Amino acid sequence: MKFYLKKLLTLLFTMLLVSVMAFAAFNLIPGDPAQLILGTQATPEAVADLHQKLGLDRSMPERYAGWLWSLFHGDLGTSLQYSCPVSALIGSRLPVTAALALLALLMIFTVSVPIGVVTAQKRGTVLGRLLDSVTMLNISMPGFFLGILFIWVFGLVLHLFSPGGYVSWEDNPAGFFHYMIFPALAVALPNIAVASKFLRSALVEEAQSDYVRTAVSKGLPKHIVLYRHMLKNALIPFLTLAGMMVGEIFSGSILIEQVFGIPGVGRLLITSILSRDFPLLESLVVYIAFLVVLANFAADLLLQAADPRIRVKP
Amino acid sequence: MKHDNRFSYHFGAILIGLICAAALISIFYTPYDPYAMQSTQRFLPPSAQHWFGTDNFGRDNFSRAVTGARYSLLVASVTVGLSGFCGIILGLLSGYTGGIVDEIILRLTDALSSFPAVLTALVAVTVFSGGKFAIIPALSLAFLPSFIRLTRSGTMRLKTRGFIQAAYVSGASRARIMFRHLLPNLLPTLIPAVVIGLSNAILAESGMSYLGLGIQPPTPSWGRMLFEGQSYLFQAPWESLSAGLMMIITVLGFHALGENLEHS
Repeated sequence: MKFYLKKLLTLLFTMLLVSVMAFAAFNLIPGDPAQLILGTQATPEAVADLHQKLGLDRSMPERYAGWLWSLFHGDLGTSLQYSCPVSALIGSRLPVTAALALLALLMIFTVSVPIGVVTAQKRGTVLGRLLDSVTMLNISMPGFFLGILFIWVFGLVLHLFSPGGYVSWEDNPAGFFHYMIFPALAVALPNIAVASKFLRSALVEEAQSDYVRTAVSKGLPKHIVLYRHMLKNALIPFLTLAGMMVGEIFSGSILIEQVFGIPGVGRLLITSILSRDFPLLESLVVYIAFLVVLANFAADLLLQAADPRIRVKP
Repeated sequence: MKHDNRFSYHFGAILIGLICAAALISIFYTPYDPYAMQSTQRFLPPSAQHWFGTDNFGRDNFSRAVTGARYSLLVASVTVGLSGFCGIILGLLSGYTGGIVDEIILRLTDALSSFPAVLTALVAVTVFSGGKFAIIPALSLAFLPSFIRLTRSGTMRLKTRGFIQAAYVSGASRARIMFRHLLPNLLPTLIPAVVIGLSNAILAESGMSYLGLGIQPPTPSWGRMLFEGQSYLFQAPWESLSAGLMMIITVLGFHALGENLEHS
């Protein structure tokens, strides 16, 4: 119990630090944020007005406390560019990105486990080497370039989808998923390469352990040893990797949404940067970071549940 | 297995050698002026005159791609140099000193790495507001946590070993232990991380340039070439493809090299 309490406290502390960092990034910048948002040609009246709107007349700690309070209440102020509540903006974009991320995650799990197993098993054979080279190439292939390749090959040449023709979920769920397949694949592929390589080396390492030798020498068939014994153990560190991948998937989807023109959180983020919409950007950044922290925390808890060896005695 | 490793080591070295040579030569010579626009030469397909074709301003894609290599490599090496330098010092300090210093550095590193690297870099570029070189400190900040972590864990592993304690007992100063005794022994793990860091930096830089937040036009960059070529993908895919090809060669090269250094 004490262990979990400590973990929880660390989590809360990290989240607090994350929020301080995000706040500091936008509030400790040299110069006046209002001036920065409006540019050099703004009238003094406009700057003063924005000052009022952003609450810049209050002291720094006061502003931080107010911001933190509103973060947990979902009342995030008004976007400068869209003139509508930030929470509504994020709320409408989040499901799109969540769908993209989940689809990508699904692809990562279903593809990387078999590839990891095959490459570990067929090490040194032609098939194994071929798959290793594909993985290597895949790691070096940035997701957004893959996206552009997909648009060219599958969209423009093979006409499997119409590039830029995003279909919203409300209009046509089937069309939405059809459009999302290639973006999700572009997000997933580099991560599939990383994950399958990770699993491969975990399996190769397991193969040298004593329990595997015992299992083999007592006459268990190869596939039983692999699936019942080795895979179970090799998948445990995989869990930590999965937690870390949430951040990667988010980074990937920021670019992929831009490439495919998908109106998700990543696109919103880029627009808020380009239009210097600081209230919106600040909230987006801190929420994405919270999500990453929570995903890692969840992976950590799952790890505790899955592996009795590292479980802390109550 | 051993033969395999040697092969991919040479493979990586050759790829990186090619790219570096092209980038260096581009300082003195490119087949065409990478900035010269010629409206009569738009969207030419690859040919003996224009190896990678021309873009929508009639500029030579090959000349732009090799000039882009120069800027990408420059940004990547300065970025990795800066974040490696700071990360190693902080990591050594954190791992060897322990106590409250370690706790503070560790917590800050944890918090900073909660932001996905691209996000950190994007925010930093926005906050450093403009400037041609804003991308360098921005990316350095994004890559800092990984170097701190790696150095710290290596330091923790080594600091209980006999030779460090012997140095301590014989009165070596903290700085001397950190830089003369710990650091050289950490290099075998740090060097591959630097090489792989280079490939990550190139990926991140081209991503940011694609978004228009990295290297600014008209300076050629692979990310921007991908972006500009995307609008003309149907009639002239070669601009995007040539930039992508250069990127893959570079990243693949650094990866093959870094991984082999890691295993040897």
